[in-house]
Amino acid sequence: MKYVDEYRDPAKVRGLLGEIDEQVTRPWVLMEICGGQTHAFLHHGLDEMLPGGIELVHGPGCPVCVTPLEQIDKALAIATRPDVIFTSYGDMLRVPGSTMDLFNIRANGGDVRVVYSPLEAIRIAETSPEKQVVFFAIGFETTAPPNAMAVLQAKQRGIKNLSVLVSHVCVPPAMEAILSSKTNRVQAFLAAGHVCAVMGYHEYPAITEKYKVPIVVTGFEPVDLLVGVLAAVRQLEAGKAEVQNAYERAVTFEGNQTAQNVMNTVFQPVDRKWRGIGMIPQSGLGLRPEFEAFDAEKRFSVGELVTQESPLCIAGEILQGIKKPPQCAAYGNQCTPQSPLGAPMVSAEGTCAAYYRYHRELVPNG
Amino acid sequence: MDNELDFEGYTCPVPIQPKDTVVLGHGSGGRLSHDLINRLFLPELGKAAPRVLDDSALINVNGQRFAITTDSHVVSPLFFPGGDIGRLAVCGTVNDLAMVGAKPIALTCGFVIEEGLSFEILQRVVQSMRDAAAEAGIFIAAGDTKVVQRGGADKLFINTSGIGSVDVGVDISGENARVGDVVLVSGTLGDHGIAVLSAREGLGFTTDLQSDVAPLNHLVKAMIEAGEVHVLRDPTRGGLATTLNEIAKQSNVTIELLETKIPVKPQVHAACEMLGFDPLQVANEGKLVAFVRPDDAEKILDAMHWTKYGEDAKVIGKVIDAKKAQVRMRTAIGGTRLIDMLQGEMLPRIC
Repeated sequence: MKYVDEYRDPAKVRGLLGEIDEQVTRPWVLMEICGGQTHAFLHHGLDEMLPGGIELVHGPGCPVCVTPLEQIDKALAIATRPDVIFTSYGDMLRVPGSTMDLFNIRANGGDVRVVYSPLEAIRIAETSPEKQVVFFAIGFETTAPPNAMAVLQAKQRGIKNLSVLVSHVCVPPAMEAILSSKTNRVQAFLAAGHVCAVMGYHEYPAITEKYKVPIVVTGFEPVDLLVGVLAAVRQLEAGKAEVQNAYERAVTFEGNQTAQNVMNTVFQPVDRKWRGIGMIPQSGLGLRPEFEAFDAEKRFSVGELVTQESPLCIAGEILQGIKKPPQCAAYGNQCTPQSPLGAPMVSAEGTCAAYYRYHRELVPNG
Repeated sequence: MDNELDFEGYTCPVPIQPKDTVVLGHGSGGRLSHDLINRLFLPELGKAAPRVLDDSALINVNGQRFAITTDSHVVSPLFFPGGDIGRLAVCGTVNDLAMVGAKPIALTCGFVIEEGLSFEILQRVVQSMRDAAAEAGIFIAAGDTKVVQRGGADKLFINTSGIGSVDVGVDISGENARVGDVVLVSGTLGDHGIAVLSAREGLGFTTDLQSDVAPLNHLVKAMIEAGEVHVLRDPTRGGLATTLNEIAKQSNVTIELLETKIPVKPQVHAACEMLGFDPLQVANEGKLVAFVRPDDAEKILDAMHWTKYGEDAKVIGKVIDAKKAQVRMRTAIGGTRLIDMLQGEMLPRIC
């Protein structure tokens, strides 16, 4: 397939692995931010082909994994209402709230629908005027612009029966949170290529400046990933800490201005809890006051709902890259994608799910 | 960031398992379906059932072996590119019989019809069943009709049951895979699942892809005549990944696949990349996977290539070990990974 095969070329992969090997003189710890990158490393078996000195720790870039429990409980409370059609991206259906998930709501008669685009939620709202249609707006800067566009269109077209439950999060504050943690081990970042396609990488020089870690904008195919690793290792070995773009075919410095404008028109930065990490100041996006009428939390009075996470898995340490899934006692036995204990095992992009799917035999108790 | 965050103590909660209620994932053909069968159906109903869970059961009547099986069809939409619920209902059961090496003889069919369905639609479905039965060389021997009120079913459900005879010497089962066996597939994977998906509304993509729904009994006959076939299975719901994991478990063997050899059409590949699906977990309705004696692999493959539904047959891997029930993949770039069965419903990913 064009635009895929050339980035999965075995000869290029071998060449890049050789180059990385030549560069490495000591161990380095790299974090790939995005869950999609984690999956690509494991899906292609690339993590095991890297030189022994390179350790990958897997970042918090899985939108499903970091959506906080109380936002999910709010979603469940809204989706249970008989007057509501609750729409969501597919992954979210399996993520548990305190007592239920959206699958259970659906099995018990709730109208829960998977949509591929928030604009589909608008269409449903228009064709079901007697119902309240709610869209679960989650994800990073990648999904924020289309979700913002849906709100904008609903306002322009005077659609009154659509609202959004917003739980957006932003990558740079999470990178800073990881770097400022006393348990941090990360020496360089492979920045998330898709997020950068929207946002560009103008936010990163301030981070490299402050924390002295290289940040390399990286794609998702084997060749892309290795080009990113090679650039990061070169910088580390040379004692540099710069921002580099290793995903030029998709990413520019400024990013997609149109997408950013739509996003900034509808959303503003807010404090946000991350599942497994905790509150990170100004790390999320919420609706601006002029779009308050579309806020599902206000429309259905669930804003005050607060839930405590229960201490049963080490998701927090996994999501920060402090530990790997096999270091969790529950991994592979009590905790599987079929019976997950924590969010990283739930989502298709979660780190634990990636390990379970592709590397189960590495686990002593798997 | 000036205030250092305290990460300790943040964890995530225990998700809810669908213990009390049936959810759609229980019908996906993946792990949830297996759980339901093992937890509920087999303990209550399976006492007299054969030990082996294959696509059809074998029963012995006065020394002659027969295969019987049943399958219900609830596809939406009723008509999709390359097929419809009628063709699916006939081929599904014919193929389940063929996968134990049986020669299909006859089917029964039960219709559950939602009030309000037009005669025109029903007629088209039934004509399609007639054509599929003729192609497979079987007849429809008996039937039943039930009509439910509006909302009691989604337009039309069809159940078919089938019977076939098994020749002396034929021994094909999911537990017959042996170390050294060559693994073959009869053609490209994922065509049916993606074709049906593309016909559903709201997906926002179109394709010229056709479902592969087809009767495979003539292909199976050619294969059995050409050489020693140990295992046959049609990778329907849950796809090849689920089927191979079932076989690995039944035979307690390690199966190794070569990613570069697995036939997937570019349209299926592209749709899967876009939606976040694995082509190995997408449903097929006119494909089979076979485990054959290594010395016969060439002859069997050759015989497959001469049949209508085996033209694109390929060797995709082999059984490498008999210690661990596992399916592994040598990736195109030279790495390895595990292949797992489908868990519940196929869910498109977020980004």
